[in-house]
Amino acid sequence: MKRILFTQIQGNSTGYIALLGWLGAFVAAALGAVYFMEHNGHYVTGMNNQIVWGMPHVFAVFLIVAASGALNIASISSVFGRVMYKPLGRLSTLLSLALLAGGLMVLVLDLGRPDRLDVAMMKYNFKSIFAWNIYLYTGFFAVVGVYMWMMMERRMNRYTKIAGTVAFIWRLALTTGTGSIFGFLVARQAYDAAIMAPMFIIMSFSFGLAIFILVLMAVSNGTGRPLGDVLIAKMKNLLGVFVAAVLYFAVVQHLTNLYATEHHGVEAFILSDGGIYTGLFWFGQILIGGLLPLALLYHPTTGKDRMMIALAAAMVVIGGMAQVYVIIIGGQAYPLSIFPGYEVSSSFYDGIVGSYSPSLPEVVLGLGGVATTLLIVAIAIKALPFLPATLADADIDPHYVEPEPEPEPEEADSDDEGEEAAEAA
Amino acid sequence: MSDTTFNAARRRLLAGTAALAGISVAPGIRLISTAEAAVSGPASAKNRWGLLIDSNKCDAGCTECVTACKTEQGWTGNDRPESDPQWIRKVNLKDNKTGATASLPVMCQHCEHPPCVDVCPTGASMKREDGIVLVDKHICIGCRYCMMACPYKARSFVHEDVHNQKQHMPRGKGTVESCTLCVHRVDAGGTPACVEACTEKAGRDAMVFGDLNDPASEISKKLAKHVTTRLRADLGLEPGVHYSGI
Repeated sequence: MKRILFTQIQGNSTGYIALLGWLGAFVAAALGAVYFMEHNGHYVTGMNNQIVWGMPHVFAVFLIVAASGALNIASISSVFGRVMYKPLGRLSTLLSLALLAGGLMVLVLDLGRPDRLDVAMMKYNFKSIFAWNIYLYTGFFAVVGVYMWMMMERRMNRYTKIAGTVAFIWRLALTTGTGSIFGFLVARQAYDAAIMAPMFIIMSFSFGLAIFILVLMAVSNGTGRPLGDVLIAKMKNLLGVFVAAVLYFAVVQHLTNLYATEHHGVEAFILSDGGIYTGLFWFGQILIGGLLPLALLYHPTTGKDRMMIALAAAMVVIGGMAQVYVIIIGGQAYPLSIFPGYEVSSSFYDGIVGSYSPSLPEVVLGLGGVATTLLIVAIAIKALPFLPATLADADIDPHYVEPEPEPEPEEADSDDEGEEAAEAA
Repeated sequence: MSDTTFNAARRRLLAGTAALAGISVAPGIRLISTAEAAVSGPASAKNRWGLLIDSNKCDAGCTECVTACKTEQGWTGNDRPESDPQWIRKVNLKDNKTGATASLPVMCQHCEHPPCVDVCPTGASMKREDGIVLVDKHICIGCRYCMMACPYKARSFVHEDVHNQKQHMPRGKGTVESCTLCVHRVDAGGTPACVEACTEKAGRDAMVFGDLNDPASEISKKLAKHVTTRLRADLGLEPGVHYSGI
């Protein structure tokens, strides 16, 4: 394997400027939406006293979950010693921090009193998983920031493994915290389950890798940097495993609930009678987010087609959004069981499935979070050398052999060949 | 006079002035604290305030408790039922099997182990020593996690500007609120507005307020006599509100 050369992007093409313009416009629109919602109050959104968390939370949770998953590529190289992934480590940490920043932006700007963020930073109730998450999220920026520095500063390279290991453990804790936001809710039938934490971890693996693949392909295309087939094949196989694992967790989650009679109501709601939520579960989460990508990734023909792999990754993202929507909104829409065995009615929608339709400002705020993520990545790859000059198989695959001779399937673990040479353009 | 002597003299003068100032202000502070203690006094764990609601005496058509709460606390809405707050509501029940019906008011159940307090990141949701669960509107950031956590749907988010606030009950757009058990009345030795209205306006006497820790209180005597239920008792939250007749 050759020495890896990292370079900044030129960043003076019309396409790049236009991209920044579009992303900036989305961020500006999101800030406008926030002003509109905060000025009028949340009644202008689709959220109400029945569905208290809406579209902003779907975007925020999705982005935060994906953030820790996007770090996987870096972990695979630093923690698990796969040298082929080493050239991608920097982009992996960058995307991870950018996703978390985008997600947190959405979460914070949807607060009833975002102006009181300082209160959230100074007053803590340590029994609250939310308070823990404030530490886990801010700590993630610090830990991954240091990890990124160790990777990018040659003199610090020898600490990459230890920093990467700390970051890997931290991201597991972070996603455990995010899943536990729902796992620790005793009140609602759809939550209160220990499986939420590990399920969110495996969801993060899948969503984060799907986004990473899409961003890597886009950046390689946009900057004309070679991207080898072997690397793509490795990542798509890994994505397939993660997608299957997410499906497995969904099966276990629902089978466990189906076994317990007290959960039959909520299961019937999600799986068969829930209207939009049932549709999103079967067609969004299971079909688009699970079965179809699996078929595309592992089919002998489509599994070799880059467009199809990109399509599969995009489907994982769409299916992931559907899954988070079903968990967050579907879980709230199912009425609270305050009087089991009784038919209930009241002026406060007791016993009625909560109604929610996402409003434009909420969606714009969510998209603004996505745009923030992409804007951070776009600006950072121009400012600092995050991207390897080439990801062609010949340059990064330690087992690469010229196409003509017989390929050698033998595995080798040579770790010292990935010496980096950062270059400031 | 040397510099040292001068400084020492100046220090004595300053200390004397400070002491004088202290002596003249202190009685005032003392007076203020005495006056406050006389009006309210700190909430004490000696009390555990609670309610007993008899659904047999409650009528499906009667909403006097709700009206009284609205008037007392000023949470009238804006004709947007999905987002307007409701601190107390009448819930009508029908037994799935037998068809028997019942009606009862549901409000914050003032749990001994309130999940809203557990999940609140800033500590804005809090339980007083005497068991009354409140929201500190000054440090509530409006995250609504408490609303996700409450098994009784007792909390409301303030979705728009509020007008005509009561002096004893500051409210604010973007924060969460719920039944305070009329803490301002309780602290002054009174009973909650809903309980008063149920007795005086509706003439039903379906609600009893009192100290669950005081065996001599009316509520404790009634609870000792009849079996009552607490909503979602399976969760082990030990609500301060008891129901009979369901």
